[in-house]
Amino acid sequence: MMRLTLTVNGTEYSRDVEPRLLLIHFLRDDLGLTGSHWGCDTSNCGACVVWLDETPVKSCTVLAVMAAGRRIRTVEGLARGTELDPVQRAFAQSHGLQCGFCTPGMMLTARWLLDHNPNPTEADVREAISGQICRCTGYENIVRSVLLAAQNAGEQ
Amino acid sequence: MQVPAHVEYDKATSVEHALTLLARYAPEARVLAGGHSLIPMMKLRLVQPEVLIDINGLTDLCYLNLTGDQLRIGTLTRHSQLLESPVVGEHFAILHDAERVIADPIVRNWGTVGGSLCQADPSEDLSAAFAAMKGTMVVRSLDGTREVSAREFHTGPYETVVAAAELLTEIRLPVRPGGGSGYLKVARRAGDWPVGAAGAAVWLAGEMIADVGIGLAAVGATHFVAAEAEEYLRGRAASEENLRRAGEIAATNCRPVSDQRGPADYKRHLANELTTRVLRIAVARARGEDRRGPE
Repeated sequence: MMRLTLTVNGTEYSRDVEPRLLLIHFLRDDLGLTGSHWGCDTSNCGACVVWLDETPVKSCTVLAVMAAGRRIRTVEGLARGTELDPVQRAFAQSHGLQCGFCTPGMMLTARWLLDHNPNPTEADVREAISGQICRCTGYENIVRSVLLAAQNAGEQ
Repeated sequence: MQVPAHVEYDKATSVEHALTLLARYAPEARVLAGGHSLIPMMKLRLVQPEVLIDINGLTDLCYLNLTGDQLRIGTLTRHSQLLESPVVGEHFAILHDAERVIADPIVRNWGTVGGSLCQADPSEDLSAAFAAMKGTMVVRSLDGTREVSAREFHTGPYETVVAAAELLTEIRLPVRPGGGSGYLKVARRAGDWPVGAAGAAVWLAGEMIADVGIGLAAVGATHFVAAEAEEYLRGRAASEENLRRAGEIAATNCRPVSDQRGPADYKRHLANELTTRVLRIAVARARGEDRRGPE
């Protein structure tokens, strides 16, 4: 076992973990943050996407100990208090989810995209989420949601 | 649920420290960079190292330096950094073409250049690109540093010249005037490994091909190189007819195998067609006619 200290959504946590523990399982099972979903287990589906410092990563393919001393942001850290992130509001407005399984990963990638490119084209959005799989919506409403989030932010 | 077997873990604090740890634990240790090849292999229990040496903290191995007539790429450079670099795009269009179709944006954020090369998957795109560019790999151990041609780096599927106590630290690419390059890949879906892929770098002297490098991925080309097609083109005119002939030669000399990504004869067809097409792009770029991407 190793002592792992890291910051998740602004809160510092310390836990004893095995080096082989994957970050997604650490977040869900050790910290109880079950917003991040554990999907394909092969870094294909993107349901487990979280931010590691400043960039989204697939947390089923990162060891928890690799995040030592770093900052993690999960879907639970998107909203500020009770105020939803513009991405979350847009997903609600545009019906950007059906079953919700891919949604946390999609929204964290969308937040990252909009932070770097506040006015993305539809092609930019599709490229950004190309490593994430949705089995319900055919992506149309997800893409629409991300574009709406950009539009809403522009109007504020 | 896929979980790696029990493993010890150590975080390298310097390159020297990483090499010391490697020397101590080799051959039971594996270097952990982005982990996007190693961790899936460990989950499937195809690899069961006793110790992981995490080099993600070695930011001094994460760089893109253009010095004189050489681009130096640190082993820990993330795929996304290669793709976002204007310097890389200006001198090595082949790398931007390739990076656009390597995995997906999220994987590219964390996966590393050195990790991809050392994984040595026979379908790995950068291996073909660096072979086409005639790069050099810098490999270090406590005993010293050695340089290996990109064309001698891979010794077989999932095997490289990097010994158990060695670390690939840098990739060097020559910057030569009068050149153009490109990369084309056919994959079944976004982010997938190639069914077949070809990269080319061409240096022109007037209308003549002064030098050429052709790299092939996923089609069973020895060391990822279409050597016979290069040999044919060197000293010949950059004509449509000659580029087509080079494609045929590349297809004849590779040895694709049928697998879940496609039958061997289709992959051979791709080797032919993609070699010809990517040579056209490289020649056009060398002439300054086409600065656009291949898509």
